Amino acid sequence: MAGYPIRGGVHPDERKLTREITIMRVPTPRRLYLPLKQHIGAPAKPCRVPGEIIHKGALLARSQGNVSAHIHAPCSGHVEDIVHWPAPHPSGLPTKVMVVVNDGKEICEDVSVPVNPFYLRPEVIAERVGLSGIVGLGGATFPAAVKLTLGQSHKTPILIINGCECEPYLTCDDRLMQERTHDVLDGVRILSQALAGPETIIAIEANKPDAIRLMEEAASHYGNIRVMAVPTRYPMGSEKQLIEFVTGRQVPVGKLSADIGVMLHNIATAYAVNRAVREGKPLTSRIVTVSGGAVQRPGNYEVPVGMLISDLLEFCGLKEEPARLIMGGPMMGQAIPHARIPVTKGCNGVLAMSAAEVARRVEHPCIRCASCVDACPIGLSPLTMSAFLKNDKLDAAVDIGLRDCILCGSCSFACPSGIPLAHYFNYGKGELISRAQQQQKDDEIKRLIQDRQVRMERLEKEREEAMARRKAEIAARKAAQAEKEKAAEGGADKAAEAEKAVA
Amino acid sequence: MIIPPSSPHIAGPNSVQTVMLLVLLALLPGTMLGIYQFGWPALFLFLITTSSAVLFEAASLKIAGKPVAPYCMDFSALLTGWLLAMTLPPWSPWWIGVLGSFCAIVIGKQVFGGIGQNLFNPAMLARTILLVSYPLQMTTWISPHPFGSPQSPDAAAGWSITTGGIPDLDAVSSASVLGHVRTDLGMGKLLPDILGPIYHPLASAVGTVSGSLGETSAFLFLLGGLFLLAKKIITWHIPLAMLVTVALLATVFSLSNPDHYAGPLYHLLNGGLMLGAFFIATDPVSSPVSAAGKLVFGAGCGVLLFIIRNWGGYPEGMAFAVLLMNAATPLIDHYIKPRIYGHQGTRIGEFFRRQRRGA
Repeated sequence: MAGYPIRGGVHPDERKLTREITIMRVPTPRRLYLPLKQHIGAPAKPCRVPGEIIHKGALLARSQGNVSAHIHAPCSGHVEDIVHWPAPHPSGLPTKVMVVVNDGKEICEDVSVPVNPFYLRPEVIAERVGLSGIVGLGGATFPAAVKLTLGQSHKTPILIINGCECEPYLTCDDRLMQERTHDVLDGVRILSQALAGPETIIAIEANKPDAIRLMEEAASHYGNIRVMAVPTRYPMGSEKQLIEFVTGRQVPVGKLSADIGVMLHNIATAYAVNRAVREGKPLTSRIVTVSGGAVQRPGNYEVPVGMLISDLLEFCGLKEEPARLIMGGPMMGQAIPHARIPVTKGCNGVLAMSAAEVARRVEHPCIRCASCVDACPIGLSPLTMSAFLKNDKLDAAVDIGLRDCILCGSCSFACPSGIPLAHYFNYGKGELISRAQQQQKDDEIKRLIQDRQVRMERLEKEREEAMARRKAEIAARKAAQAEKEKAAEGGADKAAEAEKAVA
Repeated sequence: MIIPPSSPHIAGPNSVQTVMLLVLLALLPGTMLGIYQFGWPALFLFLITTSSAVLFEAASLKIAGKPVAPYCMDFSALLTGWLLAMTLPPWSPWWIGVLGSFCAIVIGKQVFGGIGQNLFNPAMLARTILLVSYPLQMTTWISPHPFGSPQSPDAAAGWSITTGGIPDLDAVSSASVLGHVRTDLGMGKLLPDILGPIYHPLASAVGTVSGSLGETSAFLFLLGGLFLLAKKIITWHIPLAMLVTVALLATVFSLSNPDHYAGPLYHLLNGGLMLGAFFIATDPVSSPVSAAGKLVFGAGCGVLLFIIRNWGGYPEGMAFAVLLMNAATPLIDHYIKPRIYGHQGTRIGEFFRRQRRGA
């Protein structure tokens, strides 16, 4: 099957410097900094107190709510503290982080593993995936168990395993497929098992011929799994685009891929699922591509989650002061303000770029060349949308599709005028979120005010009623008194005194 | 500490400057042939027009308080002046070039707010203003006088033509093929009789005919256009839609009445169609942004061009056709947009998608 054409896209220089470099384990540093929020959804809640001794793989923080993920210890040692630490975000604003001290003994938690993971019921696989704290490792960090449960509740005849790795520089998935082919494939089989055996397609971009060959060989034994080479084009690895390429269908607006019977998991997620279900090992490390012109020994490293990027870069060596530090790929990754930020579950790359590699950003006026329209994989008019946003017309931008933007950055990449289009859309989306929050706040305030009004009215009414009752009582009493006075003219003084005493 | 900018952190190879330079490069062969064809006066007029365009740009930027050097270095003014020079009669007096540049840069572009803001193609706007205001100067065509040929004026004579006018007009003037055909058709002659002595397809293709610099070599401009297509500076939609529309209309009409309407090859090779289709109608600022919109735009230009050539008041209608469609661009952009992923879209689009999916 050749696949169905997708719209737009760009062809950045691949710059896969680390394509040939085998995966190498990085020694666990003395201290690890584990953010409690490394996934989409609610932050996990710590279940260890500072000073508590932990083993490798022990549960440190429990998932909270429907969409969340557990966090486990990548080493043995003890919990030192729970502190505020710069988050893996361009702002570098503090987030809650559990600091774990490594004792270097690598004492592991006891685990029970199934004899044959393919004899597990689908629900149990999802449960075990959830207990291992696995999130989407392609970068989206959506809790994998939630996705599997969703797939189980819907009819899911197609499972797509995303091995595209369309971002330049990154090679971690490529190496993973080449070096740990069978583990990856077992993970794919387990995921397939969890969805009751759908048609499984492993999509790999055509620029990874070795990975395609090896995966094809490994998959040839299984009837429902096949490998599909997809054209090398950014953003082929985006969920929506890959689904369209493989199935020819688009996820309707406002719906989930599960609604059209498709589930998508990353190749690295499949690998983590295999380790979790087969060996009972929670997600405490991941493969990270360390690359960029400023790195002395670029490569693909197996890094414990929570390792500071500064420690990682120290291990790899720096040739020069990097012009920009990026977590993730160069197209969608986030620039970070400094290196004292930990590697999280969703971090597939750490790039220390030299000045020559970083894009020039001299903004020129738009010449309406429509490069962005041609590059947009969604079919938006980035030039019009950014013009609206520049003039603070958020609603107009929403009308022409701001919500549909996936922030892939193809438009900014293609723009000859160097306009940071994706930046405008990121801003617009942020505005939408804060507006929604404000709306929620306003609604809440309105509700409180209305409640208060109702309450006040009720109180007022009660008071009036009470007053009316008292007036009635007084009137009744007066009437009674008058009658008494009439009845007993003689003992008036005495009665009046008695009346006073009553009042 | 590094200030974190937003993603993407890498950028594509194109800049406004490279885009403009590639367009200039694509124009170069046709321009050189044109200048060779008409000798020194053509070269002087070309230099005056382009340099005055850049000067007007710089002056406007200065008045507007914008940085002069970076905007001038994007070569957009040079390109506008260049395109304008391509559409002027090659032996026009110097002030036609200067006035044209003024109209193009100041009225056509800077008044709207500079690069990217103009509604109309500046060069075509300027040409139209000149044509309407100075019909005599703007329709004085001369026959080719290539460098080195005995009739070609030397540099001094060329300069005097550019500054002082053509001394012996009748000896050198020659209507363009389109103009010739138009006049003779008006006199009631039949097309085959008119075309016989004046029209040679090969001459029109190579460019050894009278006309403006841009009306000479259809072949070289086609080549330049294909270069731009290969470099992905322009897309195929506008040129193809335009050429196909003109060719189709010409075929239909010439089949229905060959005595009055010329065939497709005649229309494609003569006049400024090739230059217009690849270099002028594709001006990004004043053309639609979506692929479907570009098809409509190109087809519209083709229809208007054909109408003006055959039934309008002027022998050539490139500038009018492009300007009229420029005016329609905001409307086209409003109604014709790409379908957004996951949205329903129009029924026509749905039909084509289903065809492609084979379902």
